Amino acid sequence: MQRSFLAQNPSVLWFLAALGIFTIGVTLLAEGTGSAFISTSFVKTLGKVLCLCLIAIAMDVVWGYCGILSLGHFAFFGIGGYSVGMWLMYARTEAIVETSMAPSVIPPTAAEVQDAIAAQIFGVVGASEFPMIWMFSHSLVLQLLMVVLIPGLLALIFGWLAFRSRVTGVYLSILTQAMTLALSLYLLQNDSGLRGNNGLSGLQNIPGFDNVPQSTISMVFFWASALALGAGYVLFARVLSGKMGSVIRAVRDDEVRVRFLGYHVESYKLFVFTLTAIVAGIAGALYYPQAGIINPTEVAPIASIYLAVWVAIGGRGRLYGSVIGAAFVSLLASWFTGGGAPNINLGVYEILWTEWWLVLLGASFVAVTLFFPGGIGSLFDRLKGDAK
Amino acid sequence: MLRLLTLVIALAWLPFAVSAQELQTLLQSHRDVIIKPSRKTVGPTLDALVASGLPTVRGFLEAWQEKNVYLHAEDDLFYTGSEDDSGDLTLLDVDTGAEAATGVGRKDAQQIKPNGGVRREIGSALVAFQLSDPDIARRTQALDALARALDASQLAPLIASIDSETDARLKTRKQKLANYLQARFGESPAIRVAAINNLADDLSVDGRAVLSQILAVKMLVAQELPDGTNVASVLAPGEGDLERDTAYQMLVDDHGLPALVLASDIRRALETHVEGGISGGVPVAKLDNQAERIRAYDTLVAAGKVPARVSEAAIDAAFADWGFYNVYLESDPTITEAAETAQASVKTRVSLSQTADIGLDAISLASIYFLAAIGLAVTFGVMGVINMAHGEFIMMGAYTGYIVQQIVPDYTLSLIIALPLAFAVTFGAGVAMERLVIRWLYNRPLETLLATFGISIALQQLAKNIFGTQARPLTSPGWLDGAWIINDVIQISYIRIAIFVLALTFLCLLLLILKRTRLGLEVRAVTQNPRMAASMGINPEKIKMLTFGLGSGIAGIAGVAIGLYAKVTSEMGADYIVQSFMTVVVGGVGNVWGTLAGASMIGGFQKGVEWLNPSNTLAAQTYMILFIILFIQFRPKGIVALKGRAAGD
Repeated sequence: MQRSFLAQNPSVLWFLAALGIFTIGVTLLAEGTGSAFISTSFVKTLGKVLCLCLIAIAMDVVWGYCGILSLGHFAFFGIGGYSVGMWLMYARTEAIVETSMAPSVIPPTAAEVQDAIAAQIFGVVGASEFPMIWMFSHSLVLQLLMVVLIPGLLALIFGWLAFRSRVTGVYLSILTQAMTLALSLYLLQNDSGLRGNNGLSGLQNIPGFDNVPQSTISMVFFWASALALGAGYVLFARVLSGKMGSVIRAVRDDEVRVRFLGYHVESYKLFVFTLTAIVAGIAGALYYPQAGIINPTEVAPIASIYLAVWVAIGGRGRLYGSVIGAAFVSLLASWFTGGGAPNINLGVYEILWTEWWLVLLGASFVAVTLFFPGGIGSLFDRLKGDAK
Repeated sequence: MLRLLTLVIALAWLPFAVSAQELQTLLQSHRDVIIKPSRKTVGPTLDALVASGLPTVRGFLEAWQEKNVYLHAEDDLFYTGSEDDSGDLTLLDVDTGAEAATGVGRKDAQQIKPNGGVRREIGSALVAFQLSDPDIARRTQALDALARALDASQLAPLIASIDSETDARLKTRKQKLANYLQARFGESPAIRVAAINNLADDLSVDGRAVLSQILAVKMLVAQELPDGTNVASVLAPGEGDLERDTAYQMLVDDHGLPALVLASDIRRALETHVEGGISGGVPVAKLDNQAERIRAYDTLVAAGKVPARVSEAAIDAAFADWGFYNVYLESDPTITEAAETAQASVKTRVSLSQTADIGLDAISLASIYFLAAIGLAVTFGVMGVINMAHGEFIMMGAYTGYIVQQIVPDYTLSLIIALPLAFAVTFGAGVAMERLVIRWLYNRPLETLLATFGISIALQQLAKNIFGTQARPLTSPGWLDGAWIINDVIQISYIRIAIFVLALTFLCLLLLILKRTRLGLEVRAVTQNPRMAASMGINPEKIKMLTFGLGSGIAGIAGVAIGLYAKVTSEMGADYIVQSFMTVVVGGVGNVWGTLAGASMIGGFQKGVEWLNPSNTLAAQTYMILFIILFIQFRPKGIVALKGRAAGD
């Protein structure tokens, strides 16, 4: 079975091989583990790109394979980030508070430590007590469980409500967009218990590893991201092969006919929606410790639309296409906005790419949709066609 | 003839001649107070001066207040005086106003210098004169000053001035103020109660302040209530606003009960009594929980080193012993009772007005949503095209208005030019977009969404590059400034009314176009069945293009209106786009009435939530979106759902 799965999907092997080579290459060139040719901050960028690739795969499965254009998957990504961020922030503040309380004559009580941590974390929003949603923040295991559970449950409830009442097409897209808008507006409030628009910060410092340099930590997260991406790729390739994959694709192509054939369409959609939400949560949990900060703008509707842009440019309906799209566009974006691209002087007007990059992205997006619906990924198909 | 004239002049002088020395005499009888006045002693003197009814009193008081009164050493009389160029004084007689002496040296006259407190007292005595001043501006000024600080002494002069008041508006104002003063300082309880009853339908802030001042309370802690206290409420510690700790602390502070020993006190006591790693018989390392700390502390108490903890039982006993009361500062219960009744009635009226105000707010918010969404109702609702760049058309309209204002400085004229121009610009943009992009994607709605989103980010960034990131002003003409004030609670700005009118106009216009014109007929035909329409001789391509242009053009006009009300930024479209889609989807796709219903519902709901939780508009938006998500579950086709074949699939 395993053999036939790989035989059916040679791209999985190719992908894993490419990912492996890439990981080894970066490891050899990185500051922490190799020749220091790649700086720590760039390792972090690459690690973040891998996480974005992972959520792009999830998006590709839900949109490219199942036909649900979700404009809210970044909400799940953000929830994953917040979940792990809560533990990171709690544990780190706890360590700081305990150090500062250590010299006192009498050892502090648990309640005193709690109060001091709360004052430290919530001082910026004028509160000094732990809100309910932080009740598990002391435990890494529970918070990691929340990374999976909350996006999963949210997607399950939302999807069940939406699919049950047959909300489809653009209506569903707008509804998912409303969901992520509601989440970001909620998080923006100071009394949401998640520090309002300050968000959670200092996430790059891993509690208990204070003496380990960032160059090493960044490599660990890079490896973890690569591993998650590889695992995610295999998982989705597995889900999409075989009979279940066929049904999922059939739902995309003609939902009504699949329903008439006796399949319970809603269950398939709900399964795909929930599974991809969980993967998005995991990607977020790996992303934000590398980014160091998470705030409500991360889950604004625009982020989820960019996700759709990556997948469309990369080529939807192909898992590797979405990876290429996410990596290509996000690296290109950081090249253009980071001032890497040379500005073009037209004599009367100088095109500064930091200003014009979004115009270029928007225009190229229109062009891809109109003239090149297969995206970059379809280039491989053409190559294959030539080889035959 | 000459004799006659002399007689007339003599007669004219007669009153002054009669009153010749009266004021001076009066002043001399209060001589000591006038020379060395203090705020406390000056009262009777001022009363006497005012009561004399002399026409010259006012002038004297003004001069006194301005430190222009002098005591001339030569004859020991009071004069009003002024300094001439050489620094010498010219003295005027207080009764006749005639020049009594000129060139008086500084040393020969003593200047009377009342201090600030006295000058204020003189000022309030002067209010009586100012209230009947012939100059209406001065009367208004005096009333303003009086209203700022209500004082018992002003009641009599105010009432005296009412009858002679000629200006109707000032007269009502005077009566109102007199009523306030009577409510607070009236002579008898009956007068006060009557005045208070008059306040029962007064919604103004001032009137409400008068009532709450009458009802002002202070907290009283007592074992037995003293006689004649007017109790507002009895407080129970631990319930309502009075917390147990605060209540007990009051007993500690005022009545010498033993102080509470707090967790922090225990900690400090244990820290100071550490001996050889042991405090209170417990090793320090074990003192990391509250139970252990209390045990150690009690050991210290037994050793007599620290004060004992106050047990909960002791606190309860203290609370049983002492009563906590809110007591009215006003001692007469009939008056506070009347004021309570009046206040309750005012509160009912205020909350009714507030409800009406929220209703107006909701209508105005709904008209903004409607304006933003109505273009979308055409492109998305009627044609089924998802246009994510719709918000950017709104933005283009607003920037068009801004540019026109830069060229045409007259705000009214520029607005008249901007509205059709904005329509033209966005109509053109819409037609161009339809021809270049959307036409190719008619049967692929999700891709239309993405392509138009690409256009949206490009347009947004373009606007940012051209106009910068800061907000640009779109100034409304002067006649739209200000607000329509219905009463002290309900008011609505003219600009919101204008937006409401604009929204109504658009509704009618659009209904007219869709239902009564050839274009509307063809639009509906193409929407329902393009092939059939084509075989009837309608050019579907042209109709789709025009319809899309129409929807976009309306967005442009909405942009000008929204720009007047909010700020013009490159992101303003993005702020409205999700809400606009919600409005159309909630209302029901394919129906202009549906959009109206959707906008009303969303606007109303949002204002409703804001009313329940006024400080938090973000929460209101969050709940609104959650509500919409749930609403779609139960009515997936919106409020006004199309039936039959028009509903499509």
